[in-house]
Amino acid sequence: MDADDDRVFKALADSTRRHLLDLLFEREGRTLTELESGLEMTRFGVMKHLKVLEAAGLVVSKKQGREKLHFLNAVPIRLVHDRWIDKYTERRVSALADLKHSLEEKTA
Amino acid sequence: MSNDTTTLQVYRVYIRATPQQVWDAITDPVWNTRYGYPGANEYELHAGGSFRAVMPAGMMGPDEFVGVDGEVLEADPPTRLVQTWRFRFDEAQIAEGFQRVEFDIHEEHGGVTRLTVTHDVTAAPISAALLQGDANLQEGGGGWPWILSGLKTLLETGGSIAS
Repeated sequence: MDADDDRVFKALADSTRRHLLDLLFEREGRTLTELESGLEMTRFGVMKHLKVLEAAGLVVSKKQGREKLHFLNAVPIRLVHDRWIDKYTERRVSALADLKHSLEEKTA
Repeated sequence: MSNDTTTLQVYRVYIRATPQQVWDAITDPVWNTRYGYPGANEYELHAGGSFRAVMPAGMMGPDEFVGVDGEVLEADPPTRLVQTWRFRFDEAQIAEGFQRVEFDIHEEHGGVTRLTVTHDVTAAPISAALLQGDANLQEGGGGWPWILSGLKTLLETGGSIAS
């Protein structure tokens, strides 16, 4: 769905949000307070960015006891990869294969 | 803090399909052979039933190979499946033991189903790296993001992702 892809690309088009994803990749299940301590930013600012990431599906939050923990969800990135990146790298690979094939035919 | 003792991975995907279709795609080899890792995921769908991910002969030697095994803890079709999970491709993976995996299938509005996979990887760093998709596909990587992306593609388009 294009609207989903839009949200993912827009969410990724910000260095603070990419940094938040990196923090969650290093260690999953962090609280807002923990994430905040890794950034030069107000709590409100971090919350705002997390909200964008959650709306894009890149972060999933889960309540555990009294804490709200945040998890990196790489599935939307994988979907973008499978739908967009693979499509073009495959063509490049097959173009190289074709080139090799035609060069070998010439020398044969 | 709670996350010093427990390490979870949480994955979520929205799929244009019914909860029953998503349930079948996870539990029925007719469907689950068509995405993710090669082979069939075989479930005995009741508490105490077995789970095996069976790779076809020729992939890991001349015979069929059970790459993952576990036990079904809860089977409540089509909304909730809880099972254990143990990779068994080498001794180090086997030594990490069984982990808990929960599948929550939730119907959203407009013919969309939300699938959430929660995998408890506490004290299982090798499995955690595999499940996160750290390794490349040839080494058996891809993990849950790759599996769930394939599941969504299969149900929404009927096709499979070229691997």
